[in-house]
Amino acid sequence: MVQTAVIGDERAGVEPEHHEPKSFLTKYIWSQDHKVIAIQYTVTAITVGLIALVMSWMMRMQIGFPYSLGFIDQDRYYQFVTMHGMIMVIYLLTALFLGGFGNYLIPLMVGARDMVFPYVNMLSYWTYLLSVLVLVASFFVPGGPTGAGWTLYPPQAILPGTPGREWGIIMMLVSLVIFVAAFTMGGLNYVTTVLQARTRGMTMMRLPLTVWGIFVSTILGLLAFPALFVSGVMLLLDRVLLTSFFMPSIVSMGEPLGYRGGSPLLFQHLFWFFGHPEVYIVALPAFGIVSDLISTHARKNIFGYRMMVWAILAIGVLSFVVWAHHMYVSGMNPYFGFFFATTTLIIAVPTAIKVYNWVLTLWRGNIHLTVPMLFSLAFIITFVAGGMSGLFLGNVVVDVPLSDTYFVVAHFHMVMGVAPILVVFGGIYHWYPKVTGRLLSDAMGKFHFWVTFLGTFAIFFPMHYLGFVGMPRRYYDFSGINFIPDSAHTLNAFITIAALVVGAAQGVFLFNLVWSAFRGRLAGGNPWRATTLEWQTPETPPGYGNWGPRLPIVHRWAYDFSVPGADEDFLPQNHPPSRETAETAHGRPIAKGTMA
Amino acid sequence: MAHQDTMNETPAATTLTGAPPTDGWYGMVEDWASDRQAFRNVPWGKAMMWLFLLSDTFIFGCFLTSYMTVRMSTTVPWPNPSEVFALTIGGAHIPLILIAIMTFILISSSGTMAMAVNFAYRRDRARTTALMLATAALGATFVGMQAFEWTKLIVDEGVRPWANPFGAAQFGSTFFMITGFHGFHVTVGVIYLSVVALKVLRGDYERRGNYQIVEIAGLYWHFVDLVWVFIFAFFYLW
Repeated sequence: MVQTAVIGDERAGVEPEHHEPKSFLTKYIWSQDHKVIAIQYTVTAITVGLIALVMSWMMRMQIGFPYSLGFIDQDRYYQFVTMHGMIMVIYLLTALFLGGFGNYLIPLMVGARDMVFPYVNMLSYWTYLLSVLVLVASFFVPGGPTGAGWTLYPPQAILPGTPGREWGIIMMLVSLVIFVAAFTMGGLNYVTTVLQARTRGMTMMRLPLTVWGIFVSTILGLLAFPALFVSGVMLLLDRVLLTSFFMPSIVSMGEPLGYRGGSPLLFQHLFWFFGHPEVYIVALPAFGIVSDLISTHARKNIFGYRMMVWAILAIGVLSFVVWAHHMYVSGMNPYFGFFFATTTLIIAVPTAIKVYNWVLTLWRGNIHLTVPMLFSLAFIITFVAGGMSGLFLGNVVVDVPLSDTYFVVAHFHMVMGVAPILVVFGGIYHWYPKVTGRLLSDAMGKFHFWVTFLGTFAIFFPMHYLGFVGMPRRYYDFSGINFIPDSAHTLNAFITIAALVVGAAQGVFLFNLVWSAFRGRLAGGNPWRATTLEWQTPETPPGYGNWGPRLPIVHRWAYDFSVPGADEDFLPQNHPPSRETAETAHGRPIAKGTMA
Repeated sequence: MAHQDTMNETPAATTLTGAPPTDGWYGMVEDWASDRQAFRNVPWGKAMMWLFLLSDTFIFGCFLTSYMTVRMSTTVPWPNPSEVFALTIGGAHIPLILIAIMTFILISSSGTMAMAVNFAYRRDRARTTALMLATAALGATFVGMQAFEWTKLIVDEGVRPWANPFGAAQFGSTFFMITGFHGFHVTVGVIYLSVVALKVLRGDYERRGNYQIVEIAGLYWHFVDLVWVFIFAFFYLW
């Protein structure tokens, strides 16, 4: 019933040049197969993420119980703040969404046999691993890792007195520069594959939203990471060669330093020109994935597919003109604030369109409360809660008193920390059966879900209150500060307990990942009865080259659920048209010759 | 790398539905959204090179913007480039002479590169190789003269990344950083062109008759030249 094209007549042909690797080394270690590279990326990202998780525990214990559980001194505290943020944002979320999900799903979802340049793709992973190793190595250099805060603002980042000033900051910057190189190699592959290597019938407006999200997010990365690269190089030169790009004349600990005439604001502009798109680099894949999860598990077509695509593109464009809303209190020209507050609030429009469309997709759908669906619903709730506080912080007059308080911590953790990671979990529960052939345990999954979802709300929702009472972020010790009420200390203790519980619950998830790989229920090829191409592969897990001898031919968009007249409640994208089930594109049946 | 070579020989991708072509804005959107390829008959390597150059543009853009920012924000007077980059040749004091020659050489190398691409598509291996090696040689000359310029500034005039005798310290910082990064690009280009040229000579691309790699290498080379025009204008003429 599934129609396919013969390979060899078209750009499908990887085979004439590439022979299937046979040895263990070329198959699993130095592999050029996008699926193996995806798993390598995922495992590395989760491993380094666990380090960041443990660091957040140490910080929370210090804040919640400074007298009984404060294991770390203030230098360690700042180092952990820095490394926790940097690892979570860049080495975990960016790498996992693009290197992990992107690598695995793009070729499968667009109907390609691999990325367009598998060798470069392999180099991307190993370069990423190198950047991770340099980062982790900074824990073992004299002085430890940098404690400059994840934003690495100069002058403080490279001044004596900042932890890790000797070696840590150098390792951090070198690691970032390497990461940018790794990302570029991977990112060029992802974008080219989506643009130029789709299978027959797979038009752009038939791509699953997952691919759209990852695709636009990767373009953002290719244009935003250059700013991080440049600011990293310049800060490195300031630190090592004593240039004065970012360093003004400064007296440190009674001694005038050799710097003169640099502009610390320049660093902030460069950093946030990267840093704000980075938020959407993490968020857009989450938007895409959650769209597919909701549609599949509610057995209903996505509401407003074309608007979803345009919203992703609009968010991508707008994300490049909002960066200075991170800098309202930096001392930049106040008139900038007017411009950046306006653009920031405009970005809420396409974002709101997406949220409405998710809710309208659920509306009167046949909702299956599977674990991926639970995580998707939790994402919507968390994302709305986190996004709402963004409206507060986007306005200059409201931001000024709230900046550098726990309100900000609550906002960005909910909107770009917890919300995307919920999608990561949802995505892993959803695609694990394709990767391993077995389903993750449902019982452990539901336990993991409820503890994580309720627990993260218990952690981050009270922080809004802490912010309103003026509790500053990044403080090591709050004892003896008069304006902070006792209730805030109690709340801090509560948050710490919640954080320990949520962190421990991730152990159940990790156990589930390992246990289900051997003991999980056999999934079959398409356990969720999903429409997208990755579920239509001849083998599960997909073999080398993904499609066997013939590439699939696509006849419809990715959301033909519950089509009237169809035998089943879903039509795979490569399901050939019949009298009852016409070809579709962006949600509309099309007659021959009128495809728009 | 090799499998993208097959692409040039395949017929243009058509939509399954065989829709008649549409003109204007809608036609453009349709082409973009059509199946298989957004850019018809553009090989993977070429598409990827364009994307890389777009990303690299942002790197150079950030470097040059940062240079302009520090130049405007520093309180110390900026050195006069005409004086700093002057040479005394045969008793005559000529401002910017070295950089003028360097720029001429690099722009000329774009000409030889364009000719190489032309001959590559005619499958004239000898001339392609010769012109590509000429391009690489011009590029190497450029890097050599840049090394001379750096040596003169560092050894004779005492310019350092952190300070210089002429004025604002950022002059040396930005100069070494940006011209260094560009010189690195030229060096990589020289190696890249030489490798491709030797492969052309050896006949590696003859089997399929596909010489797109020459054009792709050319794209990179023209980009490096174009960036130099901006660096020249912003650094030496401002």
